[in-house]
Amino acid sequence: MTALSRARTGNRRSKTLAIALFLAPALALYVVFVLFPIAQAAHFSLYKWNGLTPLTEFIGLKNYQVALGSGGFVNAFGNNLLIVVLSLAIQIPFSLALAVMLNRRFPGRWVFRLLFFLPYVLSEAVTGIVFRLLLQPGAFVDSALTSVGLGSLVQDWLGDPAIVMLTLFVIVSWKYFGFHMILMLAGLQGIPKELEEAALIDGADRRGAFRYVTLPLLGPTIRVSVFLSVIGALQLFDMVWVTTNGGPLNASTTMAIAMFKAGFKSQAMGYGSALAVLLFLVSLVVALAYQRFVLRRDTDGALTTFGG
Amino acid sequence: MSTRWRLAGAVAMISIVAAACGGSSATNAPTTAPTTAASTAASEAPAGSGSEAPSQAGGGAPVTVDWWHITTADPGKSDFQAIADAYTAAHPNVKINITVLENEAFKTKLATSIQAGDVPDLFQSWGGGAMAAQADAGALKDITSDISSWASTINPGALSIYQYNGKQYGVPWDMGMIGFWYNKDAFSKAGISAPPTTWADFLSDVSKLKASGIAPLAIAGQDKWPSMHLWTYLLLRIGGGDNLSQMIQSKNWNTDACTKAGDQVLALNKLDPYQPGYKSAVYNDEAAAVGNGKAAMELMGQWAPSVQMDQSADKKGLGDKLGWFPFPSVEGGAGAPTDGVGGGNGIAVGKDAPPEALDFLKFFNSVDNGNKLNTDNVGLSTTVGTESSVKDPNLQAVLAGRGAAKFMQLYLDQATSPAMGQAINDATVALFLGASDPAKACQAITDAAATQ
Repeated sequence: MTALSRARTGNRRSKTLAIALFLAPALALYVVFVLFPIAQAAHFSLYKWNGLTPLTEFIGLKNYQVALGSGGFVNAFGNNLLIVVLSLAIQIPFSLALAVMLNRRFPGRWVFRLLFFLPYVLSEAVTGIVFRLLLQPGAFVDSALTSVGLGSLVQDWLGDPAIVMLTLFVIVSWKYFGFHMILMLAGLQGIPKELEEAALIDGADRRGAFRYVTLPLLGPTIRVSVFLSVIGALQLFDMVWVTTNGGPLNASTTMAIAMFKAGFKSQAMGYGSALAVLLFLVSLVVALAYQRFVLRRDTDGALTTFGG
Repeated sequence: MSTRWRLAGAVAMISIVAAACGGSSATNAPTTAPTTAASTAASEAPAGSGSEAPSQAGGGAPVTVDWWHITTADPGKSDFQAIADAYTAAHPNVKINITVLENEAFKTKLATSIQAGDVPDLFQSWGGGAMAAQADAGALKDITSDISSWASTINPGALSIYQYNGKQYGVPWDMGMIGFWYNKDAFSKAGISAPPTTWADFLSDVSKLKASGIAPLAIAGQDKWPSMHLWTYLLLRIGGGDNLSQMIQSKNWNTDACTKAGDQVLALNKLDPYQPGYKSAVYNDEAAAVGNGKAAMELMGQWAPSVQMDQSADKKGLGDKLGWFPFPSVEGGAGAPTDGVGGGNGIAVGKDAPPEALDFLKFFNSVDNGNKLNTDNVGLSTTVGTESSVKDPNLQAVLAGRGAAKFMQLYLDQATSPAMGQAINDATVALFLGASDPAKACQAITDAAATQ
């Protein structure tokens, strides 16, 4: 071994040491506050446990069996899924359309941008309370509809199990469309004007230029927007809790609400942990799959691919 | 790169939620509202100071008694402090360490303390299932023999709520009873001269009220427990107290009484008696409906008048127009018409409590201190001989009901384990919202008892 290569090895070793040193605090936090709790939850989920007594009643996978059977996890998952689907089908396209409009030059454009973005700044709890008040029977929404002659459309917005999820979707969308709009607006502004102009000069119509030039270039932004929207919908909790408490009759119970109710209301900590693990798995699978398959191009080179 | 961050964030967030759920384990709230009684109790006079001097016990070794309570509002808070001060003045060796906690914070902190094996000597309790879980965890002290010399000074029905497996783990200081609070004007406008005494009369009065243009009964579909109390009363009237105790013990709810009570709920539902928006209403909405004169009745505990006042538009509530009557008898039912559903506040005794803690508990429940809590409207004292200090006519009616009850059922969602209480709330509200039938509801409760 030459002196030079020995020096290089030593260099590499100290570099590894430095990396380890710098990484250790973050790693320790991650282990203590992320990995360990996950393992704990998985452990608790195998017991019938009320959170007070020692862990003695090992019941295997029964909590999972109950959750997936009569326990209502499937119903809760369905409610989350509905929000996911509606968000992708309505909220994201709506935000995109607004972004495209607000990307044009016209006087007072910033006012609209500001107004549309404002709901995002409110906390979910405040949003929930405000809408709860607006949607009471005979309150603002109902009287507004009646006064413009649409009284026949009045519903028991938060009390009818058949429509409560749609009502909540509207509230969620109201709060988050501005955020997605800003994301896409930023994406649009990153696209050089010349490209669209070139397409127009080459004879494309406006629609074609948008479809074949702007939209593909906006791809990365849309994919991130979709990702955030899906993860947000899967973990929906605060706003629903404040607005409906998961009711009526569990019609608006989401996975997170089912978990909270089991753990903190029923004090069935073991069962609640099982729900938490299920929620974790669903989110993990969705997140990883989306990363691997949809965001692949955007994250090229930034993610370890295990040789793939 | 940013998406990777998001993923890490997402994972971290879920696992924290999961951990919160698995690890830290807050004791569940018995969601019923006795605490509202304490925190929203109408504030009248400030703390009085005419309390009897506690018995002199001589100077022993210094002792500290830790006491956690949740009476965060005055005059109750300062009353409690004054009682403790009076005791320590007479017992200079005893120091009483009071920790005042907000209700939810109390439950979380208590659960953590119990897990850590460091239980306060005295702490807020509602008795029933949550207390039983604490006893099972070995956190409580069996005080049956310690209090035997003065147990007879406490209302026996209230005292029994703090027993579990024949052992006494705590002592009540407040106990009320659920009954119908009604708008006298609305009743007379509907041509009803006296409150109903039978269920059949009740149903026909509901029809009369409905015809007179007012919502007869306010309930809270989202909070569930208000309507659950109505169903409990039907169970109690139809099957009787022993039968209900048996159902709670055996966890088998597939009983005749259960389905019959459900049938009567459906009979009531058929009259469409509830206020607009009842399905998504919370308890405060219910109280507002009655307080604003939009609904004629609600079935609620002794705290109802003050919450109605708080929630009404003019902050005055119904005033003199408000009346109280006990739940009517059900024809052919096995239960006595005087039996009640109630609950209240008490003090549980932690496993390592010194004798001084029990001596203080005795002092806390003296007639003088009970009178003070009554006159300050902090609660309805459970000490025998304090009844005359209750001046409000409606509270006197509640107290008369409590006194007449031979059998007192603790609020069902507190009498059972929290898991079962939740299941009972869920199953009964489904009945009231017309989404279930009696047999299904009874089966759902039985199933929940078996699985959780």
